[in-house]
Amino acid sequence: MNRRFSWFNATSLTFGFAFLYLPILILVIYSFNESKLVTVWGGFSTKWYGELLGDQAFLDAAWVTLKVAVASSTIATVLGTMAAYVLMRAGRFLGRTVFSGMIYAPLVMPDVIMGLAFLLLFISIGLDRGVFTIILAHTTFTMCYVSVVVSSRLVTFDKSLEEAALDLGCTPFDAFKSVTLPIIAPAVISGWLLAFTLSLDDLVIASFAAGPSSTTLPMKVFSSVRLGVSPQINALSTILIAVVTLGVITASLVTKRQIARQKADEQAAART
Amino acid sequence: MNNFRRALLIFVPYSWLIFFFLIPFVIVLKISLSDYAISIPPYTPQLDLSAGWAGITDFFGNLDFENFSFLASDALYYTAYLSSLKIALISTFLTLLVGYPIAYGMAQAPDEWRPTLMMLVILPFWTSFLIRIYAWIGILSNEGFLNQFLLWTGLIDAPLTVLNTPSAVYIGIVYGYLPFMILPIYAALEKLDGSLIEAAEDLGCSKFSAFWLVTLPLSRPGIIAGCFLVFIPALGEFVIPSLLGGTSTLMIGKTLYEEFFNNRDWPVASAVAVVLLLILIIPIILFQKNEERQREANG
Repeated sequence: MNRRFSWFNATSLTFGFAFLYLPILILVIYSFNESKLVTVWGGFSTKWYGELLGDQAFLDAAWVTLKVAVASSTIATVLGTMAAYVLMRAGRFLGRTVFSGMIYAPLVMPDVIMGLAFLLLFISIGLDRGVFTIILAHTTFTMCYVSVVVSSRLVTFDKSLEEAALDLGCTPFDAFKSVTLPIIAPAVISGWLLAFTLSLDDLVIASFAAGPSSTTLPMKVFSSVRLGVSPQINALSTILIAVVTLGVITASLVTKRQIARQKADEQAAART
Repeated sequence: MNNFRRALLIFVPYSWLIFFFLIPFVIVLKISLSDYAISIPPYTPQLDLSAGWAGITDFFGNLDFENFSFLASDALYYTAYLSSLKIALISTFLTLLVGYPIAYGMAQAPDEWRPTLMMLVILPFWTSFLIRIYAWIGILSNEGFLNQFLLWTGLIDAPLTVLNTPSAVYIGIVYGYLPFMILPIYAALEKLDGSLIEAAEDLGCSKFSAFWLVTLPLSRPGIIAGCFLVFIPALGEFVIPSLLGGTSTLMIGKTLYEEFFNNRDWPVASAVAVVLLLILIIPIILFQKNEERQREANG
């Protein structure tokens, strides 16, 4: 596309990004507000952070959420990578269409329907709802995202590298471990991160899959937000936003360096 | 690949998805054909395998479409479906109006800005959806920042009621799903050959008609993809209508949730889910078709 960066482009970008970021910015600023009224500035204070950290219910919910997110995203990464490998490398097999359908369907399925389906499953097999059932539900829907991310990497990489390893006497597992896995590792890591964030963020599916004793952070946030805006939630949001922003920036710097190194390796290989 | 290993590799994720994804939907379908009952679980019939063949025939004999005819007869449900469709359509259009200029600006920005601009679009996507929607409660409420700002500029004399109306839901959907609209349009615009526009202008097109006749049609696949990516999740949206929409905004995702948790009517909730899925199948298939055509066009 030709670059004629005009005042029109500048305005639309300015307004666009202001629209995307102002609400978050206001939220962050007002988490440091002394006043309990969320829309009136009453001076700088970090007391809501103190109150938040002293609130056992929030800490419990945060702990449940973290457990669920780590466990489900890890299992989902293993299953999702397997599924991607099956889709891209295993060739034709009976029921492949159904399989790929089940991989893509959760991406477009409304949360409420998936949550309802999980809950009815857990009840009909007589599984008590709690942390474990949230992990099962989150694993199932996030593994599909992992598999999409990993398969997009598998598509672009040169299959002959794997075949060369096999020809040189590697077992399929060795070939996967020493050739495929290092190449797709960035995709696997971003798949894990995506699964982790989705699990951290999910309200609806967790509400269906959770039992009375297992409240996740989004469920806690949702139930207190329904009663109106509260500065504690602003403080919590600010912490979460800070963590996510740091994570995303680190991840993008790491991938940038990795891509640069890969390019350098490829160039070195091309010269010899 | 060793045959046994290959089978195992296929078997593990396949059986997981069948057990945790396919079977749950079969159960939803089954319960949608059952009747409400005051028992635990609150529906009937139960499959009674101990009664043998009679139990099975009894079970299937007692399934019916009563819940679906109930959905059709009760105004609450079909107005909820219609209002979801309307809200999803309007907000998809609004998202396009807001997103297109941003994607266009990004595509025309200097090369060295683009990774940063991309990151700025993607970053909100990683931030909790719930929190981003929550942020709007403080902005749209009667004493909120929007009203404070408008009163200060003198544009209005009395605060506008935006929160707990459908307008708040439109704003929420545009805000929440904007990255999904921007990214595919940007991808389409970025590939566009600039010399085509120059050619159009050399041949006497005004800037606007060059845009209308060249840029816009060539970015159509991106527009279509973006619209589906917003429309499909917006239709079943739950968080936005329940936080911003108040009681006056009917959306089917919220109705389903309330039917299940507040009324505990599982058969009707399941029937609502089945119908919503049937409605969603059409846009999902159209979206898939668009994606396939794109893939073919790109070789």
